[in-house]
Amino acid sequence: MTLALFLQHLANALALGSLYALIAIGYTMVYGILRLINFAHGDVFMLGAYVAFYGAAMFLLPWWGTFLIAIVFTAALGVGLERVAYRPLRDSPRISVMISAIGASFLVENVAVVLFGGRPKGVTVPDVMNVKLQLGQVSLMSVSVVIPVFTFIILAALLWIVGRTKTGMAMRAVATDLDAARLQAIDVNRIISFTFGSGSLLAAFGGILWSYKYPQLNPLMGVMPGLKCFIAAVVGGIGNIQGAVLGGFLLGFVELMVIAFLPTLTGYRDAFAFVLLIVVLLVKPSGLLGSRQGEKV
Amino acid sequence: MKRTAAVLLALAALAGCTKSQKQPTTVKLGVFEPMTGANAAGGAMEVEGIKLANALYPTVKVGGQEYKIELVVADNKSDKVEAANAAQRLVDQDKVNVVLGSWGSSLSMAAGPIVKGKQIPAIALSATNPLVTKGNDYYFRVCFIDPFQGTVMANYAFKEVKAKKAVIIREVSNDYSVGLAKFFSDSFKKLTGDENAILGELNYNTNDQDFTAQLTTLKSMKPDVIFAPGNYTESALLMKQARELGITAPFLGGDTWETPELIDVGKQSVEGAVFSTFFATEVPITETSKQFLDAYRKQYNKEPAAVTALGFDGYLVARAAIEKAQSLEGAKIRDALVQTANFPGAAGIISFDANRDATKSAVIKVVKDGKFTFLTTVQP
Amino acid sequence: MKLARTHLLSLAAVAVLAAFLFVADTWFDAFTIRVMNLSAIYIVLALSLNLVNGFTGLFSLGHAGFMAVGAYTCALLTMSPEQKEANFFLAPIVPWLAHVTIPFVPALIAGGLVAALLGVLIGAPVLRLKDDYLAIATLGFGEIIRVVLTNTQTITNGALGLKGLPEFASTAAVWACAALAVLFMVALTRSSYGRAMKAVRDDEIAAGAMGVNVFRVKVMSFAASSFMAGVGGALLGHLLTTIDPKMFTFMLTFNILLVVVLGGIGSITGSVVAAIVVTIFMELLRFLDGPLNLLVFQTEGRPGLRMVVFSILLMAVVLFRQRGLMGNREFSWSMLSRAGLLPKSEKGKHGLA
Repeated sequence: MTLALFLQHLANALALGSLYALIAIGYTMVYGILRLINFAHGDVFMLGAYVAFYGAAMFLLPWWGTFLIAIVFTAALGVGLERVAYRPLRDSPRISVMISAIGASFLVENVAVVLFGGRPKGVTVPDVMNVKLQLGQVSLMSVSVVIPVFTFIILAALLWIVGRTKTGMAMRAVATDLDAARLQAIDVNRIISFTFGSGSLLAAFGGILWSYKYPQLNPLMGVMPGLKCFIAAVVGGIGNIQGAVLGGFLLGFVELMVIAFLPTLTGYRDAFAFVLLIVVLLVKPSGLLGSRQGEKV
Repeated sequence: MKRTAAVLLALAALAGCTKSQKQPTTVKLGVFEPMTGANAAGGAMEVEGIKLANALYPTVKVGGQEYKIELVVADNKSDKVEAANAAQRLVDQDKVNVVLGSWGSSLSMAAGPIVKGKQIPAIALSATNPLVTKGNDYYFRVCFIDPFQGTVMANYAFKEVKAKKAVIIREVSNDYSVGLAKFFSDSFKKLTGDENAILGELNYNTNDQDFTAQLTTLKSMKPDVIFAPGNYTESALLMKQARELGITAPFLGGDTWETPELIDVGKQSVEGAVFSTFFATEVPITETSKQFLDAYRKQYNKEPAAVTALGFDGYLVARAAIEKAQSLEGAKIRDALVQTANFPGAAGIISFDANRDATKSAVIKVVKDGKFTFLTTVQP
Repeated sequence: MKLARTHLLSLAAVAVLAAFLFVADTWFDAFTIRVMNLSAIYIVLALSLNLVNGFTGLFSLGHAGFMAVGAYTCALLTMSPEQKEANFFLAPIVPWLAHVTIPFVPALIAGGLVAALLGVLIGAPVLRLKDDYLAIATLGFGEIIRVVLTNTQTITNGALGLKGLPEFASTAAVWACAALAVLFMVALTRSSYGRAMKAVRDDEIAAGAMGVNVFRVKVMSFAASSFMAGVGGALLGHLLTTIDPKMFTFMLTFNILLVVVLGGIGSITGSVVAAIVVTIFMELLRFLDGPLNLLVFQTEGRPGLRMVVFSILLMAVVLFRQRGLMGNREFSWSMLSRAGLLPKSEKGKHGLA
């Protein structure tokens, strides 16, 4: 393997990893607060991309305008989803909540199929994202540079919000112990809605940027990425925002570098993510940056 | 308990509302296609063709009486279990006389034993896996099969592109892609006389969106040509990423590329992509082609897909066989179908060989200036 | 020997069912028989999922993987060498499988055993994990199995799948399996193993403190569930006579999960009833995907509406009637007595019919 080849593979891995990282943050925020795998996260990601697409196609909005309506829409959707599918089950056994999550995910996917049709749609990528960059022997698209930059900005912003604002403190309180937080006069429902809204909004960002990198929309486009990003979040330490970013990059890295060195395994690519997950869960169940949480009897 | 009973009754009432009145002088053609699920796009295109043919030729004369041809659509949901149910329903409950479909060889194979058991002939429209008709006297197909298509592209690669080394990148979870790749590989090796003419075979899975790893490896192999017989859903993204990585070798593919979405998604990157298909709109092969093109353009105001033409042909072939058999009995229609020879279809002249596959010419097309442009025809 | 009233009633019910099936097989049309047999297979599958999810409290989402393994094992063992040669036209089958052909019942059991073995291998490392992680890990395993089956061309024929499986899934065969599954579940849940499982489900830590070997119970339950799933998968394969890796996706697991949730997690009767009802409704509701004529308004054919309805149904059950149809309860003859459909016996007051 030549150096140029290795660097290209590395660049690909970083580009993909940063996308995974961005979406994983949304997963981890929701899980941290509610201990719930929001299976519908991948579908919110898909809807964000679709809303942006229709915004541009039907209302002729400029690309940054589509971002705005997409985030408003998905934030509302996330809040709505929480109220309808998860809040009523807050005191129920975990299995019910998970089934509700799966049901919600399937519902969103199938509604999307009915509304948008099953055929893929091509996305018009804004010019600024479509520039071909050449760094020595390595080829990269400008969108692949925008995404990591964006991810780190979001990371910094979130860390600031969670670490330094009152809302952030309330989020950490609810994540640690919901009932105790209630006793501290924190409006738990509002905090949870806020978290869901922010997580979904991030999913929308992820979805739109994804559609700029892979400009094809179809109602099931969020299924695999959603699953892989959840794995990324778990690997990094669920509930931990830096962990999600780390997990995302790690997953992208593993997925692409294994193929780089072992091209005969290209057909097994999807399995790598799951193998990584299982290995991490067996060796360090709380994830790379997660902390062990004992179970109270 | 009372509420659930009420709900059940309401649903039963709804079911009752939608049953159509049975007409005494009707011939029923079962349309066995995926209308939902992963293959919905292909299914929808074939159904377009079938419905168009039905609009142009809505009746058939049997025994001196004019029979109306009714289409009964059963969605197999791109799922094998559902496919068996749908096929069973068509032959048992709806009592169709002929089955048309399905898009997707694995779905057709699920229907295979069912149509055979009930002695109802079935015509696959674009399924290219040889196993569909192998060993099943009641399954026919109006398209060529993968062994032929693979050699067509191998010939093109060797003679036109003058390629000596190729790399294959295929959709490993798609039987069509795997089959076509193998036939291309065998042909190409024979043509070049070089056992190592195929530099490598890379895989990806259905619904994959990122191919950068495979393509980077491919770039390092420096092939003269790339054969990528996957579905359009992945191929457009594949070609875009290839161009973004600086790969300049031409891309060759199969008939699944001919959809407007390929160009819609791939835009500039699919320029110069060459593929084999059943049918070309610029070169009407027969009178039926012209008729089909005119009717389609009038109704939909766009160019038809190749499988739509095949759907059109499947309907016509079935209708012709019913007329020839002068009977509505499945076994007799089947016997008439076997004798179909030199039938002028929209997508070429159809003759069934011993395996009930159609020997037809293939058309090679290229994407030029954002449009599918006809290149040449290849005879079997 | 005087049989208790309950036993007599149960025997009578089984006899009636057997007679009904015999009549149905001879007189009903092929479509109805197919739906009927499919529900029997779903009974087996639903019970297998209920065993691990409902009775042991382990949320496993990888069921489709075990079904696939069972289906492929049984298929490869029952297909004749000629059929194999016809199928493996792209790459020849591995020599040690080429000439193996054994009868249906041993092959079926073999399919179940291979699936169970896989269940133990997978379960051992993974069952220590908590709910959500276990769910994703098992989902992952399901996907890994599918990916492996797709890529091993010389063993499974990869994406091309297998066609021409012998039609061994007759009405008698599938309903016999369904009956055996029910009997097994009833025997298991009433035994000490069953009680241990429910203890683990209700409170794992307390059960461990009481001396239950939690890990062993979990693995055994997982293995039994995988065995049944393998058998169910094999039956499904032989009913369709063709299998390919794309059949065994998460969608299939979701369908079975739907059945289990609707029937009541933790209820055998619920799974049986729901399996039959859902299979029938899947077909009945087919009209939702076509043009609708609701007398009041008409809509054009909108494919996908059927799955929307099922998703809503699943969520409605989980949100409003969490316990599903039967909740935790099981059918017993005393239920009918209490409802007044059966005359009360002398023992009436103590609930034993």
